[in-house]
Amino acid sequence: MHQLWLIPGLPLVGFFLLVLGHGRFTRSLARLIGVGSIAIAALVTLWVALDFYSPGAAQTYQVELWPWFTAGELEVSFGLYLDGLSLSMLFVVTGVGSLIHWYASGYMWQDPDYQRFFAYMNLFVAAMLMLVLADNLVLLFLGWEGVGVCSFLLIGFWYQDPANGYAARKAFIVTRVGDTAFAIGLFLLYRELGTLDLPSIMVLAPEKFVMGANQPTLIATLLLAGAVGKSAQLPLHIWLPDAMAGPTPVSALIHAATMVTAGVYLIARTHGVFLQAPDVLLAVAFIGLFTLLISGFTALNQTDIKRVLAYSTMSQIGYMFFALGVGAWSESIFHLMTHALFKALLFMTAGSIILALHHEQDIRLMGGLRRQLPVPFWCFVIGSACLVALPPTSGFFSKEAILNASWQLPRYGPWFWAGGVLGAFITAIYSFRLLFLVFFGAEKAQPHEPKGWQFHPPLIILATLSLIAGWFVLPAGDVLPSSPAGHPPMWTIVVAIGLPLLGIGIAYQVYVRHKWQALRLAHWQRLRQFWFQGWGFDGLYRRLFLTPFTSLAQVNRNDIIDGLPTLLIQLSRFLHRLFSQLQNGQLRVYIATLASAAIIILALAISTVGK
Amino acid sequence: MDNQYIDHAIILAGILFCLGLVGVMVRRNLLFMMISIEVMLNASALAFIAAGSAWDQAEGQIMFLAVITLGAAEVAVGLGLTLLLFRHHNSVDVDQLNKLRG
Repeated sequence: MHQLWLIPGLPLVGFFLLVLGHGRFTRSLARLIGVGSIAIAALVTLWVALDFYSPGAAQTYQVELWPWFTAGELEVSFGLYLDGLSLSMLFVVTGVGSLIHWYASGYMWQDPDYQRFFAYMNLFVAAMLMLVLADNLVLLFLGWEGVGVCSFLLIGFWYQDPANGYAARKAFIVTRVGDTAFAIGLFLLYRELGTLDLPSIMVLAPEKFVMGANQPTLIATLLLAGAVGKSAQLPLHIWLPDAMAGPTPVSALIHAATMVTAGVYLIARTHGVFLQAPDVLLAVAFIGLFTLLISGFTALNQTDIKRVLAYSTMSQIGYMFFALGVGAWSESIFHLMTHALFKALLFMTAGSIILALHHEQDIRLMGGLRRQLPVPFWCFVIGSACLVALPPTSGFFSKEAILNASWQLPRYGPWFWAGGVLGAFITAIYSFRLLFLVFFGAEKAQPHEPKGWQFHPPLIILATLSLIAGWFVLPAGDVLPSSPAGHPPMWTIVVAIGLPLLGIGIAYQVYVRHKWQALRLAHWQRLRQFWFQGWGFDGLYRRLFLTPFTSLAQVNRNDIIDGLPTLLIQLSRFLHRLFSQLQNGQLRVYIATLASAAIIILALAISTVGK
Repeated sequence: MDNQYIDHAIILAGILFCLGLVGVMVRRNLLFMMISIEVMLNASALAFIAAGSAWDQAEGQIMFLAVITLGAAEVAVGLGLTLLLFRHHNSVDVDQLNKLRG
């Protein structure tokens, strides 16, 4: 396990090599470094995992690499911490990450900035691994901000188009709202517990906090705000659909598989605090439920293939939050892993379609691609089946486990369960609507399928993994609190399997056989428009925050505070002009002034002496 | 010198000083202005001598020497400047030499 430092180290070295050699490396060399560093990191992860599971090995492994800084009594070190939870995340980041890098090496081949792309991607993976492996919250925050910066850089990768720059700034600023709350939460946590070391927090939180008291509730709320911003949940979810402006492998890696799930990881990592704040945990469940429903409804009528997938990502992360909230901790992480597999698969397949159609993303202009693009078609079918949670794909195991756990929740249980099942039903409709619109029906375009060893193998590997991942047991082990025990009634399982099938049937009737047209949203224009724009959140925030801010800026465009210094400047300038009048170059005037002043002073002196 | 003569000496010095001042103010020729300044300097020097003699103090004469030295230095610099001004502008009229206005 002593090779652990290599895992975040290798991508970082790759990043530095690519940056320092910018413009000097050939494409093949840049590809070798960019993809190779992640692939080796994945192999090291496997090696570490074998060590970790060897009989007699410790349950956790902590190593301090070097001290980072000391401030007062706070000592922060670059330390790595490995347990079952971080190991599962390591598998996702390096495993799925290396497959996406592999795919991206072909996807981006024509791009003039090939080397810059891989430099950013490697930096991202390094930051994400730092986040996952950190043994204290300060280092975790460093990785947290690092992935935010890389997300910004990669969304705006094609910066020549101002729209991409806007999307990048939007993502960065909206997540910043959450990050600020997160930072304040860290300060409070340090004040209360006197440490930011993760294993110590797990021990100290149950001892020092009173269940449901103000401090843990406040801290958990602030941490939740950070997680909500990063994971694109209500109400800070508006950046994710726009983040699709980046290259498709970026969407697959950052905005589906890894970074957006960092919020889930954060809550799972600090579960000791959240367990002391049951109200906040309930809020987590509600946020997840609302996000999964709202984004599901929004995904129903999007026209951009990547936006459908973005809303479905939000919806699936909603499930993870939902699971955390109802106490299904390890189920949530399990869903995180399976979702990383099948959503990366869906995004990469979408990337292949987009590339085949010469960067066309509008699904209304696609159709009948089933025959022309057989491999992407089957991969997309598998990905959608996982997304819809059809048995026996991996999505079925994770989603079913979440729904079962939600039923056990006291008081709200069945309601949560009903919301989750409704979400699954909508998921089935929108994912198969997408599938049917793109791959069935009349052929509308002439695709140009990208072939080669970079395109099909990663897709096929991911598709296989997505299918079989459900049979494996999560290695998180006993890190997370156990889920509610017991079994829900049989009929709930039947409904949870049946409703998605019904959704697929509806999508088939409407979009392939063109029956039941009354169900099409086109008949309810206003509702369609409302959902299309993501329930008007963008407009609401524009009215609530942007408009007042810009109008204030308009009022203050001449800078009211600046008035005082400007007044001083104008006063001195006025006095300057006044006095420079005296300087007229007439020597005799100077003398006369001097003489008269001397006389006045003398007169004053004499008159005072006289008294 | 007795004390009663100091008034006369101070009055004489005052008259000389005023004459010099008026000279500086009314003349336009730089040379004459310098002569008038010299008159003013010497008027103050006379006042020092008279005061020193009246109170039997040696400082009066020391100040006189200082004033003479000052005057010599002033003339040396002033004449040099006047010469240069004449070479550049072909004139020593201060009303025309007014380029140094603000």
